[in-house]
Amino acid sequence: MFEKLALYLQYPFVRYALIVGILIALCSSLLGVTLVLKRYSFIGDGLSHLAFGAMAVAAVMNLTNDMLLVLPVTVISAVLLLRSGQNARIKGDAAIAMISVGALAFGYLIMNIFSTSSNLSGDVCSTLFGSTSILTLSKKEVWICVILSLAVIIIYILFYNKIFAITFDEDFSTATGTKASIYNLLIAIIIAIIIVLAMNLVGSLLISALVIFPALSAMRIFKSFRSVTICSAVLSVICAFSGIIISILAGTPVGSTIVAVDVFAFAICCLKERISGGSLR
Amino acid sequence: MSLLTVRNLSLGYDTHSIVNDLNFTVNAGDYLCIVGENGSGKTTLMRTLLQLQEPLSGQILIGDGLKRNEIGYLPQQSVVQKDFPASVQEIVLSGCQSRCGLRPFYNREEKRLAEENMQRMGIQDLANRCYRELSGGQQQRVLLARALCATQKILLLDEPVSGLDPKVAAEMYSLISKLNKEGITIIMISHDISAALRYASHILHIGNKIYFGTRDQYLLSNTGQYFLLQQKGGEA
Repeated sequence: MFEKLALYLQYPFVRYALIVGILIALCSSLLGVTLVLKRYSFIGDGLSHLAFGAMAVAAVMNLTNDMLLVLPVTVISAVLLLRSGQNARIKGDAAIAMISVGALAFGYLIMNIFSTSSNLSGDVCSTLFGSTSILTLSKKEVWICVILSLAVIIIYILFYNKIFAITFDEDFSTATGTKASIYNLLIAIIIAIIIVLAMNLVGSLLISALVIFPALSAMRIFKSFRSVTICSAVLSVICAFSGIIISILAGTPVGSTIVAVDVFAFAICCLKERISGGSLR
Repeated sequence: MSLLTVRNLSLGYDTHSIVNDLNFTVNAGDYLCIVGENGSGKTTLMRTLLQLQEPLSGQILIGDGLKRNEIGYLPQQSVVQKDFPASVQEIVLSGCQSRCGLRPFYNREEKRLAEENMQRMGIQDLANRCYRELSGGQQQRVLLARALCATQKILLLDEPVSGLDPKVAAEMYSLISKLNKEGITIIMISHDISAALRYASHILHIGNKIYFGTRDQYLLSNTGQYFLLQQKGGEA
């Protein structure tokens, strides 16, 4: 088995997949803690379906670089969704659900009507489940991904304390003079970037899993925000790494294998919580 | 000049007003209790004072060298917080956030301040405990310590004893009263009129009738006597 693994690791596309997979898993799990706690678990779902819709439009318009359309659209929607939080006519969860299914439907519709490809269902399937796209990354895409991920990680570390303060109590932060709305905007932009990146890895249907599972698993075991964040990041990286390796060895689809490993890790964490009764610091 | 002056303030959401033409002043060292029936706009008033929402009309003037980021706030607990994985220390320290400005991390001074305020609230032993595993009274102390990190001058408290049993509530009140004696101005919302009358120096009654004055004046006023009678009737 190890020989087979060593053989595969000689191919650059396998190494690319591992690098990109780990970075994306790391980024998404960092933000995941905040999103789960702010009750925005489903924003990943909504945004990724939106990105799917935008991707369909980009494909029809024959854009050579669909990122140019997909990224701005996703960022803008993320800002609108997170901002409408408190006083919107349509509440957060309903707005997300609405946009999510709406974009999914229109994306498929557009692809179906205007498609130039001979293998339509294959295209759709790979955008939704990211089946093989992570194994076909070009060097340029890998670099874009590495740079964006590093930017996300650095921003997260620099604003860690502020993100904690506004996640725990937005009103208190605003009342005592922290500009919570600006940081909310920042969180929205970061999450949109992560989601667009993650579409390559697990596809648009499974992205929520990358965002919420590591955070939820970490919350089963740890009791302080810092340890939850660190554990969530570590767990997510381990799951993504082993998921990709398993999928290569066993020939299973990358995205769903990673998510399956995440679910497994969550189950173990729940079990651990039951047995120890909780309290680690 | 007073710490806080409110002139002709109208409160509400969108165009629907709840309270009209509110006037009162708060001086340094005061203990103001805001009382009134449920839905009379007490929390809306507090949120407006904190600039969390815009007043429909009127002015809120702050003076006496009080700055916007020197106001401490003890909100009612939200659903999110009840289930939040955070240690006591992390939460208290987050009260120093407004001092940081754009600086990303807390400095030694701020950590010392957090430590000091935990001691002041008698929760230094809980520093590494998880917030969601604490009792209601302990959680309130944590949030109070956080508010104290944000201010030396004025504290706004929204129903600080709701959901606490009488003994813990009494402890909370005496803690707040102690802070007031140490020179911190208190503005507190309470539906517990007897406690309000025991500790407060001034009363602001909002509702159908608006009354503002010292505690003794309030007890003699028609609004006060009517409200007290009603409350007693409600309890009996």
